[in-house]
Amino acid sequence: MKEKTMFTTPRFASESGLSRRSFLRVSATAAGGLMVSLYLDWRLPAETPPAKIYPPDAFVHIQRDGTIVIQVNRLEFGQGVQTSLPMLLADEMDADWKQVEAELAPAADVYKDPLFGIQMVGGSGSIAHSFQQYRELGARVRAMLLAAAAQQWQVPTSQCRTEASVVYGPGGRSARYAELADSAARLPVPENVPLKNAPQFKLIGKGTRRLDGRPKCDGSLKFGLDLDLPGMKVALVAHPPLFGASPKSVDDRAARSIPGVMDAFEIPTVKGGTAVVVVADKFWTAKQARDRLAIDWNFSGVEPADTAQLRAKYRDLARTPGSVALTRGDLSMLDTITAANRIDAEYEFPYLAHTPMEPLNTTVRFDGDRAEVWAGSQFQTVDQIAIAETLGLKPEQVIFHTEMAGGGFGRRATPDSHVQREAAATAKHCKGIPVKLIWTREDDVQGGYYRPMHAHRIEIGIGGDGMPVAWRHVIVGQSILAGTPFAAILVKNGVDETAVEGVVDTAYVIPNFSVSAHHPTVNVPVLWWRSVGHTHTAFVMETLVDELATRAGTDFIVYRQKLLKPDAKKLRGVIDLVDQKSSPWRNHLPEGHASGVAFHESFGTTVGCAVDVSIENKRPKIHRVTVALDCGTAVNPLTVESQFQAGVSFGVSQLMAKGAITFANGRAQQNNFDGYTPPYIIDAPVAVDVHIVPSTEKPSGCGEPSVPVISPAVVNALFQLTGKRYRSLPLLSL
Amino acid sequence: VQTYKLMVNGETREVTVDPGTPLLWVLREDLKMTGTKYGCGISACGACTVHLGGVATRSCVVPVSLIGDRPIVTIEAIGQDRVGRAVQDAWVAEDVVQCGYCQSGQIMSAVALLKSRQKPTDADIEESMGGNICRCGTYVRIRKAIKAASQQLA
Repeated sequence: MKEKTMFTTPRFASESGLSRRSFLRVSATAAGGLMVSLYLDWRLPAETPPAKIYPPDAFVHIQRDGTIVIQVNRLEFGQGVQTSLPMLLADEMDADWKQVEAELAPAADVYKDPLFGIQMVGGSGSIAHSFQQYRELGARVRAMLLAAAAQQWQVPTSQCRTEASVVYGPGGRSARYAELADSAARLPVPENVPLKNAPQFKLIGKGTRRLDGRPKCDGSLKFGLDLDLPGMKVALVAHPPLFGASPKSVDDRAARSIPGVMDAFEIPTVKGGTAVVVVADKFWTAKQARDRLAIDWNFSGVEPADTAQLRAKYRDLARTPGSVALTRGDLSMLDTITAANRIDAEYEFPYLAHTPMEPLNTTVRFDGDRAEVWAGSQFQTVDQIAIAETLGLKPEQVIFHTEMAGGGFGRRATPDSHVQREAAATAKHCKGIPVKLIWTREDDVQGGYYRPMHAHRIEIGIGGDGMPVAWRHVIVGQSILAGTPFAAILVKNGVDETAVEGVVDTAYVIPNFSVSAHHPTVNVPVLWWRSVGHTHTAFVMETLVDELATRAGTDFIVYRQKLLKPDAKKLRGVIDLVDQKSSPWRNHLPEGHASGVAFHESFGTTVGCAVDVSIENKRPKIHRVTVALDCGTAVNPLTVESQFQAGVSFGVSQLMAKGAITFANGRAQQNNFDGYTPPYIIDAPVAVDVHIVPSTEKPSGCGEPSVPVISPAVVNALFQLTGKRYRSLPLLSL
Repeated sequence: VQTYKLMVNGETREVTVDPGTPLLWVLREDLKMTGTKYGCGISACGACTVHLGGVATRSCVVPVSLIGDRPIVTIEAIGQDRVGRAVQDAWVAEDVVQCGYCQSGQIMSAVALLKSRQKPTDADIEESMGGNICRCGTYVRIRKAIKAASQQLA
């Protein structure tokens, strides 16, 4: 199966792939040097990465007391890799799970993603990419421990076996891993090691509670924002109200008069403007001081974004063909189909903020010839390079600690490292002093890097059998990847693949099909938001297919089964499973309730859900969700269940009445959770049952694929109740 | 600045701060108790929930000058309480947390709920937990854990 990731089809970037335009564009920004060096540094994924033997000592430490500390090569921010990656290693190592502890690894070459070639979390690839890597690491460590014991006992290794951190030999001999660790570490690292077959797994496939569960329940776990270093200062930034603007004048006298304020000065922003940073002893002091800055901003030459204007512009653009993403068959036949057999539909999606619960922050101490950084980063390699560049250092002079992060959803994976650059620029000014730079919630909600606003226009011609015969699809939205190093690989023929994913690769049979895209340039920074393009494409596809089923007078599950490509087995499997698990309740819904379904594949994982919805206080009340998914081997089924249960709640963000970032005169009109509101418990599904298709195939993503299916399923159910199709999000009063 | 005596988790603590400083930041920065989290600063997310005089309270909007002699209990000490311990244990057993950042506040709200209603209904849960955002969306397991803790305490 073709693997769908954030980087869609991994392959080497050719030198010519970096167009002159994008080269010049990135060079023109403050980030220019970084982008070029990054591009040259990246060995973006070949289909099969070269076999690499990772040094076990960088990943596993067996302590004298028996504790086994495993380094996790990625950020933990809720997705559970801090537990599931150690499970892979510990299983092959035959480690006693009770002795296993996990640590988030600092930035280093050895911790780079085996496929992406940088240290990162994204594209739901953590388990998929490190499945083999962590298992091999565990198997190598086990082989070395086994060899050490055999040597000590002067017996062949074939007479020794391992179980729960102990090597057993002939004659009742046994040795704990902790006793063997020193001699094992001196042995050569074996090249080829056998891996277990699925039936031999002791941890993989067994629901295992999170290693970070208890410390996240008693307040003891430290997130990046909780960091406290001797002499540390706190920095807050007064960002330009319009992206890219600069101050005409700054009066910081009132700010400086507050006791505890250390300094106030200007730093560059990555959007070409200038911000004012305040450094103080504590957060509250810094906030008081920032509020007292009197800044006269210069907005000349800065384009002010305006949602009403953008909506009109996008609607017009959607009525014209864009850059071709896919074309198949003959679309001219659409014009011969009468209005009665056509669906012409226009959709609109707003900007969405990620708003991870832990506000963005980074701590940097600059010591002249070196620096130390503490950050909850999805992009350690990128951020380390950016900080080094800002400080005039080499990346290896920047010690980069990965801090536990309170959510992220893509927001901590910024190709321009804008928060880290601000933190580094501030620390440079405060040499020798650790400075924690914090974005307040207001900074976060107003600070850009949103899921782009989109418009879709679709024309469908329906055949005599009720199935679509022709489908013309135009998508309008800013490119997430333009101007980043990813553009060279993932923007093709003027089409950003992340804008059309989920449409061009639909599993439904559409004989005459065209997909095109417009990517207008707007002065609003955009970014991937958990499940990226699928956030809007799945909504469009799954609501339209529902509409087609209704028109055909066919059950919405039966219609989809009929429309599905014969080879879409992985999706068919989840459709069947959702049908089986939900039909008992779908067929006995209380008065005033209705059900809806949606199915979608993203990041290699197929997902479907059925929802039980009624309307309460003019809002959808989601009483129940039945989810089925196929993610290949479910390494930790408890985490997989958790990701899908909670991920559908995250997906409800798109339906919230206050689930949009809008612009007037260049400024976001929302600035905190009162204006931009994620789901509260009342908005989230009351119950979610998750069903995993049994599989021993290689694992695929679980972080993002839950998100796309919930909102189309809910509005499909709402149609049953109100007779209305909902094509514009957010979902306003019903 | 002014000096205040606060009763935090059963101990008297003295802090010298600006009277307008929210309790949240006094806890986090002056008392170095970082279990209580900053999420929004406008009492819209509940990450900063503590018990003030026995009432679940958003510490981000309570200035230190208004606390007086009301006792403060935070996530660091809630496990010493029978209900608090049961809730934390249920949270761990149900594997509720994901990123975990909101969970101090969720747990403080849940403990307050179970102290006032031993057998909360779904509606009670929605009301008492209604101001706590979990951005990861762990609400289904939060409900389950509250019910499990309620049973365990019965």
